[in-house]
Amino acid sequence: MNSGSTLRAMRPTFIFAAIGIVFMLFAPQVLALFTIINLTTAIALAILALSLALVWGYGGILCFGQVAFFGLGAYAYTIGAINFGGSTWAILLAVAVAAAFAAVVGYFMFYGRVSDVYLGVITLTVTLILYSLIRRTSGPEYKIGNALLGGFNGVGSPPLNLPWNARAFLFPEQVFYVAMAALILAYVFAGWLVTTHFGRVCVAIRENETRAELLGYDARAYKLGIFTISAGIAGLAGVFFCNGVGRVTPDVFGLYNAALTIIWVIVGGRGTLIGPIIATFGLFYLTASLGGQQTLNNNLVLGIILIVFVLLVPRGLAPTIADWFTQGRRGRVGAERAARRARRRAGAAEGGK
Amino acid sequence: MDQIAALIIQIAYGIANLALISLGLAIIFGMMRVINLAHGEFLMLGGYTVVVATNNGVNLWVAMLILAPLVVGVIGVIVERLLIRWLYGRMVDTLLATWGLSLLLIGIVTSIFGASTATTVSVPIGVIRIGEYTVSGYDIFLIFVTLCLGAAVFAVLKLTKLGLVARGTMQNAQMASALGVSTSRIYMITFGLGAAVSGLAGGLLAPVTGVLPTIGATYIAKAFITVISGGASILTGTAAGSVLLGGINGIVAYITGPTFGEVALLVAAIILLRLMPRGITGRFFRKSL
Repeated sequence: MNSGSTLRAMRPTFIFAAIGIVFMLFAPQVLALFTIINLTTAIALAILALSLALVWGYGGILCFGQVAFFGLGAYAYTIGAINFGGSTWAILLAVAVAAAFAAVVGYFMFYGRVSDVYLGVITLTVTLILYSLIRRTSGPEYKIGNALLGGFNGVGSPPLNLPWNARAFLFPEQVFYVAMAALILAYVFAGWLVTTHFGRVCVAIRENETRAELLGYDARAYKLGIFTISAGIAGLAGVFFCNGVGRVTPDVFGLYNAALTIIWVIVGGRGTLIGPIIATFGLFYLTASLGGQQTLNNNLVLGIILIVFVLLVPRGLAPTIADWFTQGRRGRVGAERAARRARRRAGAAEGGK
Repeated sequence: MDQIAALIIQIAYGIANLALISLGLAIIFGMMRVINLAHGEFLMLGGYTVVVATNNGVNLWVAMLILAPLVVGVIGVIVERLLIRWLYGRMVDTLLATWGLSLLLIGIVTSIFGASTATTVSVPIGVIRIGEYTVSGYDIFLIFVTLCLGAAVFAVLKLTKLGLVARGTMQNAQMASALGVSTSRIYMITFGLGAAVSGLAGGLLAPVTGVLPTIGATYIAKAFITVISGGASILTGTAAGSVLLGGINGIVAYITGPTFGEVALLVAAIILLRLMPRGITGRFFRKSL
């Protein structure tokens, strides 16, 4: 693929990125500081959703344990920043630790030819074991360098600072700019990655692994590749998450967070990158507003959302809405539109069986 | 000598515990190829049944051995009719839908009983002495119950007409329905049975672990890793998986303390799946039940 057609394929990515940049520049002028700090957390979660959208939507790898890499990133950043006395190397360490851990786990899974559903269960198990492991580290003997792991209570995370200058801490507003920029960069990177040869082979493997292998691609290596890259992005998300919250606790590895990540991608739509990002912001505000009252439990609402989407909107919002648009644009003649709809309905009924 | 006896009972209890929490999941997975992520919540519901029943004056043994499986079994049948049956053959979607169910059940129970429970059920059997060591009598009782439960599942599958039809459906659902078996009914019964076994396990473990809406999360990882390591055969798989992983967990925990016992269990399971992706019964004892 030459560079001209790459640019053409990435046009929607650039449009959304431009909207993101506008939002980044104007949001701090309009919104209160409290909202901006909350937004930083939401942005971190959106990066996490993006990482899962990449590995699940494009790689076809059902990773239930994306929060494992997210949490490891957060812990690695915090411990690194405390020990190095600055955040510059800590950020790189967070991404590296998350990616390296994913590479090891992924090696065992993909080279063991573990298939999709088992994959989900194994990644989830890894996450839960990390959760129970880190929860037990409350004694003073569990420390890495100068950082006490703190068990159940977690560790306070030092804020980001200017590169190579450990004393120039960033203010929450500035952290917001950095996080938003990271989200946009990660989004453009992921959007570029799926148009490259590598990304297209990953999609081919998702569609039909046997056929891709018969064409000479080593599915195991490609899966491991996209798995590792996405884990690195999740690790980066962890950095901003513990910056937004101010500390990192074992709860990042919890079942609730693992489920949330899946829900964002389901609601946003598998096979798109922008859908899960927008779904994250939407659901973040939904759960935040639910948190204030007592009658409806968060778990209950999320459970219902997940069940309803799996049963009724299995493709997620972004592809469904995109369908409406193309249908509206193409089907100007009434009869043609009706025929198309009937055909789609027949197809859906067949697919549903 | 006494120490070794106590250690052996300890490890045997670890194995029985794994088998107990995994068996319900293994039945549903082995028969229906449905991975039920709400399994932990079925165990949790079993525990709550026991707590509510004993608070209302029901005998503890009746609550644990009869009410818990009955209530959770009925819930299982309802869930199968309302949710699971629309998703047969779509493994990933079932997984996601049962995850939603898991969150929903946690939410419902939290709304009704609150995020933590003050009521606990005390362990009904005292300690047993072996020389200078003591073992919990209830642990030994649980080992015994697990063995009985395994024998009961074996008997149902091997000796009854229902078991025969169910095994036939499991091997080839289309052929079974062509021969006049209502596969939909078999699936409903199987799911209900699996749920009932989970409810029994949850009820039996309630005195040991206490009950919380989120307690399912502590079971689910171990149950899944046991079932997947064991492979598709219901009884042999669960037995092989729990003996191997429970044994490793027990021995490592004995040497280094409980934290690394669970880590060793996980590492062993991942390496095992690298060597045998279809689990132990995918490689050995293939024809077993």
